[in-house]
Amino acid sequence: MIDNPKSGMTLIVKTITRLTVGLILLFGIYIILHGHVSPGGGFAGGVIVALSFVHLMLAFGKDVAISKVSKNLASSLESIAALMFLSIALLGFLGGSFFLNILPKGTPFNLFSAGIIPLCNIAIGIKVGVGLFAIFLTLVIVEKSK
Amino acid sequence: MTLYFLCLMLFCVGLYGVLRKRNIIKMIVGLGIMEYAMNLFFVLMGYRFDGRAPIYAKDQEILNMVDPLPQALVLTSIVIGLAVTALIISIALRIYEKYGTFDITKIKKLKG
Amino acid sequence: MKAIDIIPLFVIIPLAAAFLISLVGRFIKRSSEVIIFISSLALLGFSIYARFLLNSAPGKILVYKIGGWAPPFGICMVMDGLSSFMLVTVNLIAFFVAVYSLSYMNQYTDKPKFFTLFSLMVCGMNGVIITGDLFNLYVFLEIASIASYALVAFGTEAEELEASFKYAIMGSIASAFIFIGIAFLYSFTSTLNMADMARILAYKQNAWVIPFTGVLFLMGFGLKSSLVPFHAWLPDAHPAAPASISAMLSGILIKTLGVYSLVRIFFNIIGSTQGYLTVLMFLGAVSMIVGVMLALSQWDLKRLLAYSSISQVGYVVLGIGLGTPLGILGGLFHLFNHSVFKSLLFLNSGSVDYAAGTRDLKETGGLGKLMPVTAKTNLIASMAIAGIPPFSGFFSKLIIIIACIQKGHFGYGLCAVIGSILTLVTFMKVQKFVFLGDVKDKLKNIKEAPFAMVFSTVCLAIICVLGGLMLLPSLRFFLDGAVAVVLKGTSYAGIVLEAASRP
Repeated sequence: MIDNPKSGMTLIVKTITRLTVGLILLFGIYIILHGHVSPGGGFAGGVIVALSFVHLMLAFGKDVAISKVSKNLASSLESIAALMFLSIALLGFLGGSFFLNILPKGTPFNLFSAGIIPLCNIAIGIKVGVGLFAIFLTLVIVEKSK
Repeated sequence: MTLYFLCLMLFCVGLYGVLRKRNIIKMIVGLGIMEYAMNLFFVLMGYRFDGRAPIYAKDQEILNMVDPLPQALVLTSIVIGLAVTALIISIALRIYEKYGTFDITKIKKLKG
Repeated sequence: MKAIDIIPLFVIIPLAAAFLISLVGRFIKRSSEVIIFISSLALLGFSIYARFLLNSAPGKILVYKIGGWAPPFGICMVMDGLSSFMLVTVNLIAFFVAVYSLSYMNQYTDKPKFFTLFSLMVCGMNGVIITGDLFNLYVFLEIASIASYALVAFGTEAEELEASFKYAIMGSIASAFIFIGIAFLYSFTSTLNMADMARILAYKQNAWVIPFTGVLFLMGFGLKSSLVPFHAWLPDAHPAAPASISAMLSGILIKTLGVYSLVRIFFNIIGSTQGYLTVLMFLGAVSMIVGVMLALSQWDLKRLLAYSSISQVGYVVLGIGLGTPLGILGGLFHLFNHSVFKSLLFLNSGSVDYAAGTRDLKETGGLGKLMPVTAKTNLIASMAIAGIPPFSGFFSKLIIIIACIQKGHFGYGLCAVIGSILTLVTFMKVQKFVFLGDVKDKLKNIKEAPFAMVFSTVCLAIICVLGGLMLLPSLRFFLDGAVAVVLKGTSYAGIVLEAASRP
């Protein structure tokens, strides 16, 4: 399916995409994970992750991208990420207050620091990444209504 | 002050697009311009002269920062704008399916 | 868990319900209905419990600091008499509408999606009511608005899409004005916490910023609550939605997003001056007359109800705009009553639509014999909305008219009386063309609506009948608490900050 010359763009675009799409995905994950020590965070990283899939879709046609992440999987993941964010917030009740940062804060500028903030960033990153991808997907395949 | 007036002008351009254009896609673009104008305005509100980006870094002492709060709020507002735009565009696509046109003057089954 | 921990639950429960439904609703049949029923029942229970909790709280106010951050640094949630009043209203209607939707939504596909959006809308409204932070209010307002844009287009028919598009464009313009207003207030006071903002505004005088933001908020929230110069979207958007959503939109959404926010900002933050009050009274009176005039000439049942909503919101705004204790009492009481009977009327129109398949007044007739329960509940709601003595609507309208006369605004009092008479005429027309007369041939074999639908309409009708009892001295605390908050005006700031400084 990937090498089908009928769907998607030309060979040049496909080759470049094959080289770069992994890098874009990795960069998005990096931005999400370092959200608490550098600019960026869940939303910016999530958008980059979504863009890597959109990139795939533009270059190879929509079937390839859907084979990686189907629409149902995207919306399930989105709900799971939202519930994850909510349960992180609910964990604060263990310490006495909603959204309380109960985990140890660590030293600033370390990767493992800032308590629940990296976890929140990961949840937001997944939510935004799949959410944006799902939006793009629904706009590409406008289902013919009855 | 000039910057604020330019923001106002941008806002008015967007409002003109929403109110006067006949093509619904152009109306949505106008809505987008309006949102950008107000976000820009809010960010400008937090600007201080010679201010730097509000980021704490290792071994650096930054004394003169711009106000970080509007930037965080504008990020939220951009997300909201994204949601609204995505929703309206999908509605517009469905409208095109039903009516076969993007012209707002031909889409009038309702009296309003 | 401490007792105060129930305050964030008003946002947590609907949010969790929304995403749980969207996660498991597709795989497990009927799970969405179970979740929505439990969550809305829990919300109703918690909101009533919170009202009683408030009675024993010092200063009749509860402030919840999210994440342990004290205001003005963190976001706080404020539960006072007004918020609690609105929470009970919203969750009461939301519960009955949810029960109604269990059966009503059978005619649409994809129930889980509907209940997801419904929960998000409830989450947004609860958030708007309970938050103590201005930007947080904007975010929750947008959550509720976006969910309602999507719900209006839920049927994806041509008219619904068009109405939703119009509603979304108007709603976005309203949000833009509100956002700019918030930006101005932030740059002027350097804080977003409502109480802190009120404290700073009280001693920082400026000739133009406060009136300017006042106008922006009036435009924004006026569009959201569809006062008359800004009402064009409402008669399209409300009828287009599924009937249960029309009930939510007309019953509580325009009041929460529009009237409540307007009252909170104008009375508690900016501080009410005579200028604002005059404008509010004028807009209220104009809405009252124009809305009912337009309603009178409609032949589509739901469109007629939508126009009548504009008129009834006019009563609420007029009552609050009078600024006297009696006027505000009348306005808030009418807000509650209108939520109940307008939801009931929309649910009844949904039952008629469900059973007869049409809502054109010219095509229906004689349904009173075929749908006796719906006919009776509709009669009760019509009498309540028109202000016939034993029903709840009579007392609230009477209080508003007395307050008008007390303040010396005889013209507005007369407007209210005329509006009430015209409302009576409008609903007599509904009753005559839908439920009385001869049965049309093609409607011969329709049946009463299913149990869940009848159950919620009957419950709402009982509330309509008994609504007047809320003026009894032992039950007055529910309304008086809300009125006291509005009357306190900008001293709200001191009360909230003092309550927040308690551990």
